[in-house]
Amino acid sequence: MRIGVLFSGGKDSAFACHRAMEREEVACLITVLAENPESYLFHTPNTGFAALQAEAAGLPLVTTSSRGVEEEEVADLSLAISRGVEEHGIEGVVTGAIHSVYQATRVQRVCHDLGLWCFNPLWQRDEEEHLEEVVSSGFRFLVSAVSAGPLGEAWLGREVDRPALGELKDIARRHRMNPAGEGGEYETFVLDAPFFRKRIEILAASREYRGDRGIFRIADARLVPR
Amino acid sequence: MILVVDLSYRPGSLSADEFVTPVGRIVRGGGFIPRIRHYTALAREEIAHADGAILCGTALADFGYLGGLKNFAWLASFPRPVLGICAGMQVIARIHGGEVYPGAGIGMMEQRVVAPDPLLPGRDRFAAYELHGLGVIPPATFLTLVVSPSGAQAIRHREKPVYGVMFHPEVRNEWLIRGFLSLCRPSGRSGDGLIGVEGEEGT
Repeated sequence: MRIGVLFSGGKDSAFACHRAMEREEVACLITVLAENPESYLFHTPNTGFAALQAEAAGLPLVTTSSRGVEEEEVADLSLAISRGVEEHGIEGVVTGAIHSVYQATRVQRVCHDLGLWCFNPLWQRDEEEHLEEVVSSGFRFLVSAVSAGPLGEAWLGREVDRPALGELKDIARRHRMNPAGEGGEYETFVLDAPFFRKRIEILAASREYRGDRGIFRIADARLVPR
Repeated sequence: MILVVDLSYRPGSLSADEFVTPVGRIVRGGGFIPRIRHYTALAREEIAHADGAILCGTALADFGYLGGLKNFAWLASFPRPVLGICAGMQVIARIHGGEVYPGAGIGMMEQRVVAPDPLLPGRDRFAAYELHGLGVIPPATFLTLVVSPSGAQAIRHREKPVYGVMFHPEVRNEWLIRGFLSLCRPSGRSGDGLIGVEGEEGT
């Protein structure tokens, strides 16, 4: 089955892509570029670099833009998926949803309306076990945004390697935070994955942090041998 | 040991990650060994040794299981508790003489208990995650326990502990699966039963 993966560039959609590649044919990645950083449905930091990640994976990328207005986001998503059908003949869609009924319901409805299969291979996973598996599977990713007090400015741009993972799990337990960050507590950007042919090296980036929210904004990056 | 039956379009599918693995985790958490098997690959001996069976759901676009009903003939004489989830409820209805009809439900929906049952202790209403493209007209031998705006959401055989739920209890309503497990008494046959007696098994 030809699959399009809803791809934000973060760890969960990348890991979902990895799982999909083990079982089906991933024909393209699909990224919605949301203008509104408060988007309910779409991940926003650094999605402009999804094209570089797709190139690293050797996969075509379908992109559409969205104003990130809640009432319009489902239509924007539907347009993006429809382009995946037209341009790459996809028959199904994969998401990286874990526990978000909000996200899963909307993608399921869009796929149902378009007559497509919908898969959520990470659905209902234990978040800590999931994080462990992502790291142990060879994914490399950094924290690209934070919006929860316990994760301060020092986390912006920090790679989540095994020591960082231990700290993250500890913070999540102490502060009752979702360890996978699915509630927007933090966002990630994938630098390398088992299905990448090259890895991403960040050449320039800036940190913006106000209150308890911050973004690690990538300005320049390139592909280098793994 | 609880048979956790995968109804998806093929063994080891992406849908198994979504609909079968979470149920297996809850079964394991309930102290039982989950034996995960695709519906086309069930061995007679495994069925005979199971303390109960859970038929899991599958993707919204997947209806292949309805074309393979002969694989579920064992259910008619299975002497232990059965829980069919979504596609599993449709299968249970069909093999007992009920019908399915086009009727989609997607998302969190209010559920109303219309007949009390030990599986629904102290609950009149609750919210549950629905994800189905077909509805069920229950067989005459079944009682409707729960309804939602999209139709019958839980049914039970009038004489046997055979249940069907159209919503997905593995999402936000794990209590229902744990309650079902409490109906599945370990059989005491050699090598069967609870975790700690034998190792967990998967596909």
